[in-house]
Parts: sequence; structure tokens; C-alpha cells
Amino acid sequence: MSYIPHTEQDRRAMLAEIGVERVEDLYDAIPESVRFPKLDLPEASNEMDIVRDMEAMAGANADSRSYACFLGAGAYDHYIPSVVDHILRRSEFYTAYTPYQPEISQGTLQTVFEYQSLICQLTGMDVANASLYDGATSLAEAVSMALSHHHGKRKKVVLSPSIHPHFRETVHTYMRGEEVTLLDEGTLDMDLESFTGAVDDQTALVAVQYPDVFGRIMDYNALGERAREVGALFCVVVNPMALGMLKPPSTFGADVVVGEGQPLGVPMSFGGPYLGIFATRNAYVRKMPGRLVGETTDTRGQRGFVLTLTPREQHIRREKATSNICTNQGLIALAATVYMTVMGKQGMRQAAELSYHKAHYAAAQIDKLPGFELWNEGPFFNEFVVKVPKPVAKLNESLLAQKIIGGLDLGPWYPSLEGHMLLAVTERITRHQIDQLVQTLEAANHE
Amino acid sequence: MSEPLIYEISSPGRRAIDLPDLDVPEAELPQGMLREELPLPEVSELQAVRHFVRLSQLNYSIDTGFYPLGSCTMKYNPKVNEDVARLPGFAFTHPLQPETTVQGNLGLMYELQDWLKEIGGFAGMTLQPAAGAHGELTGILLIKAYHRDRGDTARVKILIPDSAHGTNPATTAMSGLKVVQIPSDARGNVDLEALKAECDDTVAGLMLTNPNTLGLFEEHVEQVVSAVHGCGGLVYGDGANMNALLGVVRPGDLGFDVLHFNLHKTFSTPHGGGGPGSGAVGVSEALKDFLPAPIVEKVTTPDGSSRFSLVTPAKTIGRVKAFHGHFGMLVRALTYLRIYGRQGVRDIADHAVLNANYLKARLAGTYHAPFDRTCMHEFVVEGRWEDAPDIRAFDIAKRLMDYGFHPPTYYFPLIVHEALMIEPTETEAKETLDAFAEALLKIAQEAHTEPETLLSAPHSTPFGRLDEVQAAKELVLCCRPEPRPQTSMA
Repeated sequence: MSYIPHTEQDRRAMLAEIGVERVEDLYDAIPESVRFPKLDLPEASNEMDIVRDMEAMAGANADSRSYACFLGAGAYDHYIPSVVDHILRRSEFYTAYTPYQPEISQGTLQTVFEYQSLICQLTGMDVANASLYDGATSLAEAVSMALSHHHGKRKKVVLSPSIHPHFRETVHTYMRGEEVTLLDEGTLDMDLESFTGAVDDQTALVAVQYPDVFGRIMDYNALGERAREVGALFCVVVNPMALGMLKPPSTFGADVVVGEGQPLGVPMSFGGPYLGIFATRNAYVRKMPGRLVGETTDTRGQRGFVLTLTPREQHIRREKATSNICTNQGLIALAATVYMTVMGKQGMRQAAELSYHKAHYAAAQIDKLPGFELWNEGPFFNEFVVKVPKPVAKLNESLLAQKIIGGLDLGPWYPSLEGHMLLAVTERITRHQIDQLVQTLEAANHE
Repeated sequence: MSEPLIYEISSPGRRAIDLPDLDVPEAELPQGMLREELPLPEVSELQAVRHFVRLSQLNYSIDTGFYPLGSCTMKYNPKVNEDVARLPGFAFTHPLQPETTVQGNLGLMYELQDWLKEIGGFAGMTLQPAAGAHGELTGILLIKAYHRDRGDTARVKILIPDSAHGTNPATTAMSGLKVVQIPSDARGNVDLEALKAECDDTVAGLMLTNPNTLGLFEEHVEQVVSAVHGCGGLVYGDGANMNALLGVVRPGDLGFDVLHFNLHKTFSTPHGGGGPGSGAVGVSEALKDFLPAPIVEKVTTPDGSSRFSLVTPAKTIGRVKAFHGHFGMLVRALTYLRIYGRQGVRDIADHAVLNANYLKARLAGTYHAPFDRTCMHEFVVEGRWEDAPDIRAFDIAKRLMDYGFHPPTYYFPLIVHEALMIEPTETEAKETLDAFAEALLKIAQEAHTEPETLLSAPHSTPFGRLDEVQAAKELVLCCRPEPRPQTSMA
């Protein structure tokens, strides 16, 4: 089976037009010694058999449709309204390319403009780009933007240790090319004072997560002021779902807001594709990475949209571009746009608050269990840490037997938090499922 | 034709989705941290659906017509891929689940790593990079780490031919290395003498797109690779044009040390109006240990059975993004590869190359091809005629829309005047190519007889030419919600 439409007759006619006898004749430029290798690959198959096989592979996993999922840490099992995938399946959207020809791409261009608008409303920022790869790479790009903003004169970057470890690790990888001092875990303590103290007039950027990787909601006002005093850019890594109820980062004076957009109507899909949110203030628009869509008019006087400020980008500016990004997360930004539209003003707040209340119920119930103790002290959103009496992996095995995907073992990420479990609760989780989680944990402790 | 903005159809109090009531006691909310306003739209579900469906209808797409964008490989995106990627076992698994609960996912990734290694001729593979440019960054960081690991810190130059995609120099700059541009020769190859002159002990590597952006296979590829290796540099392959090489030649066999694949070009995962892509990176034995973490390996458990596991390579450069890559795209790419199998991958390249050469032959004599050689999967012609001085490639492109076609890539590569870069892909039938060639030939006539028609094109599209200068000058990048004007009930 294949998707190639040529008949033998087509091939003959086409070769005749080209003036060669065989397709092989078109490959003369390729060194003969390595031409047409014998490939050790499986035989061709067909749609029906492949689907059966893929169903078996998918069936070998435990998924959140058959299990109650209490894992979070950067990916969340929120409810996705049906409308979202129906729109994504419009092949006019998913089989289009980047909208380089605006006359026949207004569908993509207007939805990107609406995405930019909705992200601005959610974060309180002036301008958002059309998306980056994911939350981690968005943070890395924010660091690059800050270094460039300071023309390479400031080489210190302060990352709160309670930013998702994958995000910080990605920044470290991206910065392998630069002479930059990155302060994060290992140098700084986990508390707000420790990294506020590290921000000085050599700091290009200071970043925090809101809520942080442990779900904690902290007021970053003082840190924002400190950043402003010393002229460092202040970056806030957000969970966009939390912004359904929490004050937007603009209220702490954020210069850049980045985040993982997955909670906005995107399936967990084993880690991707997700959505890198990147928003900033007007002052930095010409320094920001990624595509931007702007409003204009056409020759017929209609309002329309085009890609704009492209001289920042690699296809024009080459080595002087603000980033090398080209392909971004177009279709996932569309998912987020549809999600924020159908959830709307009331639905977003409702989903956030349901997650909040259910997480607090779960935390309180677990905290009551002998041997278990809630680690979080202040307010938290839909995620919290519990000190557990048995190895996390052991507890998770017991939970799996009850069709529950338990929390994350924090030990490998934070050695000081060995024996601690990070649990997340979304609106999809019922009280019954929480009670089952609590009972199973209790029973597992007595095994 | 224009569609209102979502805020323009919003009305206070209207809503689409409602969620269940709270089934646990209310917790105290964090006063002082709550937002007052959440200015998101308020619309009904039908309003939302009509809005987005109408917008979709303003798009040109592969499913509605021929999309010969050079360098983008706009081939058919099979429907079964979409279904398979949405199987609950794939779509609703969390990336941090215990490995025992995601053996299906890990097995799929392992299988795809193997397919890509075999197709590219590589010893190692990472599926983590999110797109082509992200794969490039990964590859250049790998090259840098390799030299540094050997204590060779003087290598600061990356050689890049002048026909390269803009992502190549941008990636190099992002990696903290210096771009040295190498000119092309009269046949569209890398100028071998110019290359050799730059080959010294400060070269970290060469970034080579092969076939290059002119659609031409590098005729001296063996000499190019050995010149770079000879001075201690490594060769990076930009795999944007791998569609031409499937089953025909393996970049690893040509001596490439690193190469990124574009799963969204070569392996049919949809372009999505600008992404998501997926940019797997293959490497030679020498670079395997530096790959980003994690990769999937088959490990033997103490009881003698084997299972798939996420493993961190010994000298890893670290992760290049969160989690394990664009898994949903990996599912689609593997589904596609399995359809074709061993025999079929070569058919893809053969028909992509056949289609491009056929179209090129149909246009010969009317559109000047500056490098007139057998092409691979795409080719570049000039969109200009001395006896039609007002007409530019831009006008030809816009006029093509009136004939129902998406224009080719234009003004790229930069080394061709008024470039039109045409890539038909293997999934297009001869009839489609004929109709496209007829349209281009007709437009060439119009350019001489009625240039005004081209200069004011397109005419039959939902929108006319858009004012890009106004967009950049006024810079309206987002809209603010405004209350809808009250209409009288009378």
C-alpha cells in the first residue's frame, strides 16, 4: 500500500518528457558506491494491520481514561471539550503550511491573532508571539532575549530552584554556547529570600515559576521590585490554567511571561506536542523570538492579518536573528485558542477553581493519614507535596493495582525531598477517586 | 469575506462549556492572590464552531489543492495517522508515568529510532527535538560538545554554503559559534576551492543541505566531506530535503556525522499551519554518547526478560526541551513508515524526483532554470523575463492563486534572482502536475500580453494583497475585548 498515484503509463509518459529511460537515470550525481543501499527494514504493511498493531501498542499503556491520574509536574489531565478536536481535525487548518501567502491563509492568521490576544488577556501582558515549542524552550528563549537586551554586558541569570527541573535543564543546554553564570539549584536555597538576594546589578534575568513546581502560590511583588531596581528582566513561568483564578503576572511587574500551554485543551500525549507561551511588554517586541501576526487591510479595504516584524526572524536576518525558530506549534496554539474560547470567561475560572478545591480536599485527607504529612505550608494551586512513610515507587505500585496513577517521586529531582510525592488534581478527578487514593495509600502503608 | 474577531461576537453572560458542580468541600481561596477580571470571550458553542469553521474555509491546504512549496515537502498527510495518534493509550498517557505503564509508548519510540537509524545510516538517534531548527541546534551543540570533550577548544567556525536555509546561520549564532559563508559554483555545488581555503584547525564543522536548496545533489559530496574531516571538523546534514534520498543513499554512508530529519516533511506528519514539527537527530558512533537525554533503549531486567527504558547517554549535552519530544508526531511518522516498508521508502524518493523533473521539463524554455541539471525532489526557476520588465516572481505567485494553486516558495534561495522554488512531492498525480504547468505557461503569456492582470492579482481569492507596511508600522498585535454595541430591539 502507498499514497503514490502513478500508473505504469504515467511513469512512461513522464520519463519520455524528461528524456530518460529509467528513474535510476535521474540519480547520476550520487556516488555509485553508496547508491541504492539494501535497507534492513520491515516489509510494507497496510492500514488495517497497522491500526490493529497500534491499538495493541497503545493498549499496553496505562492511560488516564482507564486510570485516575494524579501525576502533574508540567503536564495535566484537564478535561478537553469535544469542540476542540473537531476544529483541529478541520484539514484546512492542519494540512496548511505557515501562512506565508496571506491572501489564502486568513484562517490561520486570524486564529493566531486571536491566540495572541487571548494570551495577552490571560497573562496581562502587552504582546504574545504565535508560540514556541514548549514551556522549557520558552524559558530558554527568555534568557537569550534578556542577554541580548543587555547587549552581552550582564552574564548572570538567576533561576528559582522551584522552576520545573526540565525547564532549568533546557536553559543549561541552550546556554552551552554562552559565557553565562546560571544560578539555580545547588547554588540557591529553595526559599524566595535566597534567590531574591542573588539578584544584583549584574543580573540579566531572574525567573520564578507561578505556581511553582510544588504547586505553591507565592507573591512575587518584592522580587519584581528588586528586579526593577537593578535593571534585571523579570520572567514569570506560568501554568496558564492557574491564571483562570490567580492574579496575572503583570501585577508583579513581569517583563516576560512564559509557560507550558498544555493545560489549555492539549492532550498529555506522553509529553508532546505541547505549546510554548511567550508574552512580554511592548518595550521588548523587537527583541522577542518567534512569529507575530499583525492586523492590516487588503486592497479591497477588508481587515486582514499578516506575519509582521519578520526582520527579527532567521529567514530574513540569518545569523543576526533573535532566535533560530522557524516551525512553531501552530496547530496546538489553535487548540488553546478554541479551548479558551469555549471555556470562556466563566469556564476557565470554573476549571481552575474545581482543580484548586479538589486538590485541597485531597491534601487534607492525605495529611490526616498516620505517617503521611503535607509538606506545603502556604497556599497552593492544584498540586502539592506529601511526605510519605514508604518509598514512593512502592506506594505507586499499590495505587496502580487499584487503577490509580500516583504522584511523582521527587527524590530524583530534589535529593532533599527524597520520600516525598508530588500529586496533582484536576477537575476530571471525582471525590470518589480521591477517597480511593486516600484509602489505598493508607492500606499500602500497613502492608 | 472577513470574519469578525471572537471578541466581536462575545456577549456578557453567554457560555459554551459547563463543568460538573463541586463534589468536595470548598477550600479557602488565597485572598490577595485572586484576579479580579478574566477578560476571555463569552460565546455559545455554535458561535464558536461557526467562527472557527468559517476561518478554516479561508485557508488553502493540501486537502483542498496542490501546494508545491519548495523545501516544505507538502505531501499528503494520511488520515489514518490522525486516528492512530488519538488512540487513548497514546493521547492520554502522562510523560512521567512509571516505565512499566508505558511500554507501548517506549516500544514505539524504540522502533522509530531504529527505522530512522537504518534509513539515515546512523548509530544513534534522538527523537526529542521539536522541529527542524531545534534539531539543528541539537546537532551543533553535539558537535561542540564532541570537540570540547577531546580538549579541542579552538574550533569556533561553522562553514555554511550561501544556498543554506536561514536557520543554519541562526542556529550557529545561537550556539555561540561563528558563521563562515561558502559560495556556490556555477553548477550549484559548494565551491570546492573556497571550502578548502577555509578548512583549518578552527573549523568545528560544516552544515550541508543535500540535495541543496536548488534541488541539486552536491556533485562533489565525497570531496566536501573529506575536506572537512581532513581538517578535523564534523559534517552536519540539514535533512530538510531527505524526501529525495529515501532508499537512494544514506547520509551516514556519505560520511555525515549528524543529520536532522523533519518528520513533518519527509514522514508526512501535518504542518498544522506552522507546526508542530518534529526534528529527530541521527548521529555517528563518535557522537552517540553526547545525545540529549533521554533516549529509549531495550534493557534486560534481572529476571532475564527485556523491556524498554529511558536512558541518559554518558556525556549527554542535556535535554533540549521538557519530556521526550513530540510523541504524537512520532506515532504518525511510524504509522506512515510502516505503510511503505522496506520496498516502499525508495518509491517515495523515486516519485518525488520523477515529479520534479517532469514539471521542470514541462516548464523548460519558458521559465529559465539558472542551474540546468537533473534535479532531485525540487527545482528552482527564475520568475522574470527581459521582455516583461514589470513582472516579478511575486506577481507570478499571486496570479497562481487565481488558477487555484498555492504558489511555490519565492525569493529563496537567495542566490537566484526572482527565485521560484517548486517541490511537487510524490503524492501528486500527473494530471495535477499538467494542470499546474499549464497555469504557469499561461501566466508567462499573460506577463507579456496583460501584465496588469498579474500586477493586481490575486482576483478570485477571499482577500486581495495585504498591506504589510501598514501592519509593521501600526503594529496591532492583539485586540482588547470591547462590549458589543447594543442593538435596538425595535
